[in-house]
Amino acid sequence: MNTGIIAVTSEGPGLESMVDARFGRAAGFVVVDLASMAVSYVDNSGSQTMAQGAGIQAAENCARAGAEVVLSGFVGPKAFQALAAGGIRVIQNVEGMTVGQAVDKFQRGELAVADAPNAPAGGNPGGGGKGEPA
Amino acid sequence: MIYAIASGKGGTGKTTVTASLAALWDRPVMAVDLDVEEPNLHLFLHPELTGEEPAFMEVPERDPKRCTLCGQCAAFCQYKALSVMGKTLLLFPEMCHGCGGCLLLCPEKALSPGKRELGRIVSGHFRTDHLSSGREEDAGFPDAGFLMGRLRVGEAMSPPLMRQVKARLPQGQSADILIDSPPGVSCPAVNAVMDADVLVLVTEPTPFGLHDFRLAVQAFRSLGKPLGAVINRSDIGGVGIGDASVQDFCRAEGIPVWAQIPYNRAVAEAYSRGEVAASAVPELRAMILALMARMQGAAAASQSASATPGEVQHA
Repeated sequence: MNTGIIAVTSEGPGLESMVDARFGRAAGFVVVDLASMAVSYVDNSGSQTMAQGAGIQAAENCARAGAEVVLSGFVGPKAFQALAAGGIRVIQNVEGMTVGQAVDKFQRGELAVADAPNAPAGGNPGGGGKGEPA
Repeated sequence: MIYAIASGKGGTGKTTVTASLAALWDRPVMAVDLDVEEPNLHLFLHPELTGEEPAFMEVPERDPKRCTLCGQCAAFCQYKALSVMGKTLLLFPEMCHGCGGCLLLCPEKALSPGKRELGRIVSGHFRTDHLSSGREEDAGFPDAGFLMGRLRVGEAMSPPLMRQVKARLPQGQSADILIDSPPGVSCPAVNAVMDADVLVLVTEPTPFGLHDFRLAVQAFRSLGKPLGAVINRSDIGGVGIGDASVQDFCRAEGIPVWAQIPYNRAVAEAYSRGEVAASAVPELRAMILALMARMQGAAAASQSASATPGEVQHA
């Protein structure tokens, strides 16, 4: 697929940044327009400090950026539901590589679209994302 | 009078103390388990349960035919219980804190009040020691009330359920109320103690006990209520587990120690059998009666202190 806009959860603003394995609590999204290979960055730090609902907020941020596909490590059930409602396809288990490498893999067709979330609600595995009670 | 039995650290003996006080209380009493995430007072008081009802929180429901996806509700919600994605208003009712703001805001009347079950409110009554004593002077002692909240498994918010349990407390001075509080110093613990007249903090003489006791004192002292400590397993310093730091802290901070309960294997055995410790262990009985007197004394003292001298007392 050589057209479309993809958003990759990222620890930094560019293609050389590492993929952030977290979706909801990702530092930000590197947004790539595959037709022109134009790169932009969406800050997601607002979601990082939310007591709850970070995944939903992050999904809204992706939708606002016009993303049609999201590449990330772990996506929880609410985020997945929100992305699905927004017509955004999800590719999970992308981690341990740079954003540029992830984009390359996607363009070579090496990454499969997920049909279900791969993380429990409230935080990715080992993420210690237990929410504070009300 | 409302007495809350609380602690910073968990596992210090709140429920053991609460059950013992409830069994020996010398006035009409209601025992209330507000540790709704893991209520266990009933395991010791063995109340006869006569009522159980669900407690709900108001959460929004949507009418997709009316919704224009304007997004005002989603923008307002601080908890992401609503989100407009694509051509859908998504609802996440488990995220809702029940403020009702979205219902007020919706210009299309597309949201209506629905409900999410928070848990159950269980009520009943239990026999105090007086009723089973067979002593002549105890004849005619009334049954004691029992009330408990039990949070639904999977529900994250306990304070809304606790508020609904507290709304069922008897009004006025007909009965004293003993609240078994959740541990810690966060919202549930504060919610359990905030309506009390007197606070009892149960702790143990260990570094962990002291650390969390200090937090509890910091958190609860600002409520301005009389507060006393119960030091459980008070002598375990002698066997090399604890130390005197809790006692020293109480002295330095001017916190009265209302009971020091030495370590006693018989208490643990009674606990393991689901018995009220003070009924099963005679030495403990005397300490709990003394604790009761100190609690009642602190309540009376604070009541007379708050009544302005010379103020006309209305009936």
